[in-house]
Amino acid sequence: MEVIGDFVNGIPILGYLIETIPAIAPIILRLATPIALGAMAGVMCERSGVVNIGIEGMMLTGAFAGFMAALVVSEAFPEEPTWILGMSPALLIGVVAAVLAGVLLSVVHAWLSISMRADQIISGTIINLAALGITGYLNRLIKPLGSAGTFETWKPPEALVDLPLVGWIFDMFLAQGPLVMAAVVIVVILQIMLFRSRWGLRTRAVGENPKAADTVGINVIVVRYRNVIIGGVFAGLAGAYLTLEATGSFQNGMTAGRGFIALAAVIFGRWTPVGAFIGALLFASSDAIGVAVRLNPPPGELGNALASVQASFPSLYNNFFAALPYVVTIIILAGVVGRSVAPAADGQPYEKESAT
Amino acid sequence: MSEPPASAPVAPVPSTPAPRRMPAPLARAINVSLVPLISIALALVVGAVIILLSSLAVEPPGIDWGLPLTAYAALLQGSLGSEKAIVTTLVEASPLIFTGLAVGVGFKAGLFNIGANGQLLWGGFAAAMVGAAVADQPAILAIPLAVGAGMLAGAAWGFIPGALKAYTGAHEVVTTIMLNAIAVITISGLVNDIFKAPGYTFARTADVGNAALPNVFVPGLNLGVLFAFAALPIIYWLVWRSTIGFEIRTVGANPSAAAYAGMSPRRIIVITMALCGLLAGMAGVLEILGVVGSYPAIFGTNLGFDGITVALLGRAHPVGILFASLLLGGMRAGAPLMQIQADIPVEIIDVIQAVILFFLAADRMVRHVFRVRAVGAAPEELQTITRSYGGKAAV
Repeated sequence: MEVIGDFVNGIPILGYLIETIPAIAPIILRLATPIALGAMAGVMCERSGVVNIGIEGMMLTGAFAGFMAALVVSEAFPEEPTWILGMSPALLIGVVAAVLAGVLLSVVHAWLSISMRADQIISGTIINLAALGITGYLNRLIKPLGSAGTFETWKPPEALVDLPLVGWIFDMFLAQGPLVMAAVVIVVILQIMLFRSRWGLRTRAVGENPKAADTVGINVIVVRYRNVIIGGVFAGLAGAYLTLEATGSFQNGMTAGRGFIALAAVIFGRWTPVGAFIGALLFASSDAIGVAVRLNPPPGELGNALASVQASFPSLYNNFFAALPYVVTIIILAGVVGRSVAPAADGQPYEKESAT
Repeated sequence: MSEPPASAPVAPVPSTPAPRRMPAPLARAINVSLVPLISIALALVVGAVIILLSSLAVEPPGIDWGLPLTAYAALLQGSLGSEKAIVTTLVEASPLIFTGLAVGVGFKAGLFNIGANGQLLWGGFAAAMVGAAVADQPAILAIPLAVGAGMLAGAAWGFIPGALKAYTGAHEVVTTIMLNAIAVITISGLVNDIFKAPGYTFARTADVGNAALPNVFVPGLNLGVLFAFAALPIIYWLVWRSTIGFEIRTVGANPSAAAYAGMSPRRIIVITMALCGLLAGMAGVLEILGVVGSYPAIFGTNLGFDGITVALLGRAHPVGILFASLLLGGMRAGAPLMQIQADIPVEIIDVIQAVILFFLAADRMVRHVFRVRAVGAAPEELQTITRSYGGKAAV
């Protein structure tokens, strides 16, 4: 009964979290990166009025294309140089290939949803199914063996990391590979651009009221195409992160719903880049708690209770932590969505009146 | 013949007398099915090109011009070439009918149920659990109990996103994808830790015994095939001929008008999603009680996602869904033979399916290139799904 009392008080959990989160902060940021990059793709598209459910598929295709390109190059030139952070020509070419794959699929989505005026969610779903099918088919056909390796994480100077109170923040953002750092920079730049630049103003205008934007001479179709394609760049980068920085290998369907969690992060962040990034961190935290509990089990009765659950139900225990990010996504989506207002023209195809 | 502008007033134009007239419903049916048929043909052509390119990757490398023909011939032989092949096609098509309906009925209410896969898993799992519990009872008792449990479990898993959508506005596309993942994770944990039957290398539940669906008419053709074919007219009546179906279609076409007419869009959304879940759950029932016989801890299936293809290809209509399921079921039935004879991975089916979907979505282009005029509102009926996306309240 005392255990339940402790749960209700929440004090051991809170204390444990305060103690643990700085230690696992770099892991949280790593887990958040693909979600955050996917969310940036979502922000880019939806701010201009195009719903993009296909981010998941763009990510998956990017992951596969990046992995394959890096593998082919590294096998063709086995003795290639390695620069800072494990950057090799093979990995960089892999990143380029991933981005191109993301862009290719985003062009398909743009064409279907902007020019063909197909239902945007159906178009996105087609992208997802196509990505799953094509990467699965090619993966089975080619049966790639080996790996081009991964980018390495940077080691920030210890003087910085050991600073009291703020040291762990430096650790979180600097003890990372190049793609994680790039993702953080992209979020900041996008936030500024979206609200401070001419491009940002045009994007928001097209997303809120395309007819008015058209009246003042903004080409709605061009703006939407451009934004969806830039979104494809980010989705491709997210895929590159998965195969070229996080794992160094490709598995069928390895995105595992991250593209959809990214969409929830967009809604949570009220269609702003920084907000969506915070959402991604939140989802990643719920994922990382599982890691933390395994690495560093909480002390005292809470830890004992967890250990006894783990002993009786090992599979359910692990799966509970695996399911946590998905559950949190649903809860947050249900709690936030009513108060979070989408761009007014989100999801509506635009047609000039003269064209009909 | 020049096309009249779409917005022309519907006035009787006595000019060009039609030389031969088909009955209007038939003409409409042909017109509605033209774009799907063209899409299938184009996808098979694209598939042939991909198979040609694939011959570069398999041993011996080099373009093998006969390969697409070999592959498609094997596909045809494996799906229609013998009685056994036809039975396999029907057995593969039956769960697709259910998942196709699970997505298609949702379309009618303006809902996009991507969660058929998770609903299917719960349906199959519940049927396996109850089936194992009543395995020793007579079949006349065991089968209805196990089937009913599967339907209820699927409906419950469909109810969740319905209620979330109706009362919080959380879009079903995101919530159902999350629920799919949760279903996979939870059920595998339950099988591993609690319901594992002793004595098997891979964790699985106990045999369903007498709850297994018996064969009818010929070996291999289980009772589930009859369930699937019976579901088509039932759903037709429910959606197109009943009061609740009228409400479903009205909410799908225009939720505010439905609310104005005194219907409750929220109630309809919840009911429709539960119905979709029930149908998807039946697909799981067919797989577990009809084919597998127990529930394995890792039950990989994409039938729920194939249901999206079936529903779009079949224009969310029972007749269309029947033909689309038979086509996809045939491809699934023939793919293993194709892999043996032509060394083409079975995943090519997924690629062909994706290309079919692509051309269906590019409806405008297909109509333009092949000069098919739009009749009725078939494609536009699907345009209502994105409307409710992103924060806007469901009603």
